[in-house]
Amino acid sequence: MGHGGGGAMSAELVENIFAPAFGGAQAALRDSAELTLGGARLAFSTDSFVVRPLFFPGGSIGDLAVNGTVNDLAMSGASAAYLSCGVILEEGVEMALVGRVAQAMGAAARAAGVAVVTGDTKVVEAGHGDGIYLNTAGIGLIPPGVDLHPQRAVPGDVVIVSGEIGLHGVAIMSVREGLEFGVGISSDCAALGGLVTAMLAVTPDLHVLRDPTRGGVAAALNEIAAAAGVGVVLTERSIPVPPEVANACAILGLDPMYVANEGKLVAFVPREHAEAVLAAMRAHPLGARAAVIGECVAEHPGMVVARTALGGTRVVDLPLGEQLPRIC
Amino acid sequence: MKYLEEFQDPELARVLLEDIRATVTRPWAVMEVCGGQTHSIIRHGIDQLLPDEVELIHGPGCPVCVTPLEVIDKALEIAGRPEVIFCSFGDMLRVPGTDRDLFRVRGEGGDVRVVYSPLDALRIARENPHREVVFFGIGFETTAPPNAMTVHQARKQGITNFSMLVSHVLVPPAIEAIMTSPDCRVQGFLAAGHVCSVMGTEEYPQLAERHKVPIVVTGFEPLDILEGIRRTVRQLERGEHTVENAYQRAVRPEGNPAARAMLQDVFEVADRAWRGIGVIPGSGWRLSERYREFDAEHRFDVTGITTRESELCRSGEVLQGLIKPHQCEAFGTVCTPRNPLGATMVSTEGACAAYYLYRRLGAPAAATATAAATAAGAVPPTALEASPVG
Repeated sequence: MGHGGGGAMSAELVENIFAPAFGGAQAALRDSAELTLGGARLAFSTDSFVVRPLFFPGGSIGDLAVNGTVNDLAMSGASAAYLSCGVILEEGVEMALVGRVAQAMGAAARAAGVAVVTGDTKVVEAGHGDGIYLNTAGIGLIPPGVDLHPQRAVPGDVVIVSGEIGLHGVAIMSVREGLEFGVGISSDCAALGGLVTAMLAVTPDLHVLRDPTRGGVAAALNEIAAAAGVGVVLTERSIPVPPEVANACAILGLDPMYVANEGKLVAFVPREHAEAVLAAMRAHPLGARAAVIGECVAEHPGMVVARTALGGTRVVDLPLGEQLPRIC
Repeated sequence: MKYLEEFQDPELARVLLEDIRATVTRPWAVMEVCGGQTHSIIRHGIDQLLPDEVELIHGPGCPVCVTPLEVIDKALEIAGRPEVIFCSFGDMLRVPGTDRDLFRVRGEGGDVRVVYSPLDALRIARENPHREVVFFGIGFETTAPPNAMTVHQARKQGITNFSMLVSHVLVPPAIEAIMTSPDCRVQGFLAAGHVCSVMGTEEYPQLAERHKVPIVVTGFEPLDILEGIRRTVRQLERGEHTVENAYQRAVRPEGNPAARAMLQDVFEVADRAWRGIGVIPGSGWRLSERYREFDAEHRFDVTGITTRESELCRSGEVLQGLIKPHQCEAFGTVCTPRNPLGATMVSTEGACAAYYLYRRLGAPAAATATAAATAAGAVPPTALEASPVG
């Protein structure tokens, strides 16, 4: 299971098994590939969704399948244009449930301004799936002048997160495990194309965007630091963690930095543009709680370090696999 | 959260640190017994902020770390049986047994489930009357009351397909063992607040008197820990050795009488092996004779297990405070959270894991898969010009 957790084990799986088999396809290591076709710069991405339960506070597997791929494309600056949809149904799943998921996908696609144009359906025997698995692939145009790559992070960049972290992961845990934290926590599942467009309107010269899904903000920042060979220094107290998430994590012994998000992004922005980009983000509904959480540095390349509230420092490592709730 | 934030206030922390600096005149070695405190100390960088004279020694109080290898192997044996649903808290799943862990057992087809309460395991037993449901009941005095209550409930509800693999350990005998060790350097203790909230503080005055050590009952937030250190250092400087309660919001001298009564009903004190340390007399609980039918070791024949510890792993010395994690030759090289030699590198409360996760700044970054892949990656020569993005 750890190989699907978005952490070090996931990266090893891709690095050791898939990339060599595909001829060293570097694109496999990222959320989307950048393609040049007929003079146009395209972003191309695919993602699979195996979430339990299928419906959760703030969304469903259908919303995730649309928004996940839309966001992967948005992180390269592209507005998603077309999606495909692959569906794997478990024998015996109720058609009404399939209908609800389809409706959710359609609504999410309309909200994101993207069309689902092709698809495929397969059925597996009862007991060989969790009801419904979805796969989406998407394609979109990258605007001229936009060049977003993890390798473009440079010392001096300001690190911004678009809002409160940890909501999706805690929302899923609250329903999957039957945990109740005393307050309702909803997933932040959302399509980020509009927010990215607003940011690029300030300057096309953003360096890196990343949606911190599995593995959370910690994994996203570690991957960028490693790819660019730079260090990242965070100010722990400036990271927006909702009280409900902090409390749930405290109970379970989890770190909000490693909890999944589905409607957030982290941005590495040249210092001279940071203030204006932050203002543009805060003017957008999905970036209202955007905050500067740190900076990119030349020291300790490949590592992410947090300054603690008390004035100490700690390494924020790449998560190994799934986070596990602790015993006490 | 507001409540928690109040105990992480940087200004108040500075005041406490100043007081510690003003008090200390010579070197002192203080042990925090609990792994939760170790984690908090390292995560918040408290040890970096203390004056050089105050050395914190990390104690054996990580329940995952001290669960003996033999019990882990028994858990693996039971969990692999087709009729069994094996329930455990999450952090036991990666703890290495002799040749595998519970994740591996699950990957091989074992029905291993993560639960958040022993009562979840009891519910699973009710819902699966034709399976045997086993809960892995480990931990200190903190996790013991709900486990005892669950066994009590199982009997009350007439649930016969539920049992518990019990490996509970007790803190005061461990303190006794540490203090009587010829290599002991510990001069004062931060006692684990949550343990005392269950058991009270009645056992500690004898320990403090016998070994002439101050014992300060301490909580887990940064200000709790700094206050515990402040009081311990103050006693050491004055040559005192009393028991103080710096965690009064949670701990009463008598503890929790209802929980203690439940423990007394269900468990009995036994000699217990601690992983990396060895057998400490009277340092554990097992199910009492009255509840023998719920004892998984009794229900399943798991005798004849041969264990084999890593020869390189020095976690026993780490657990006794004899060395710091990074002083082990295997630390961060052959022993990492990905390939742990011992439980102290696995548990989130383990000292080795805390040092590895939070304290590698001086060391070269572990070659993460991503970094290595990024450095080595090549653009494939296809008709499309492909390069990776976001």
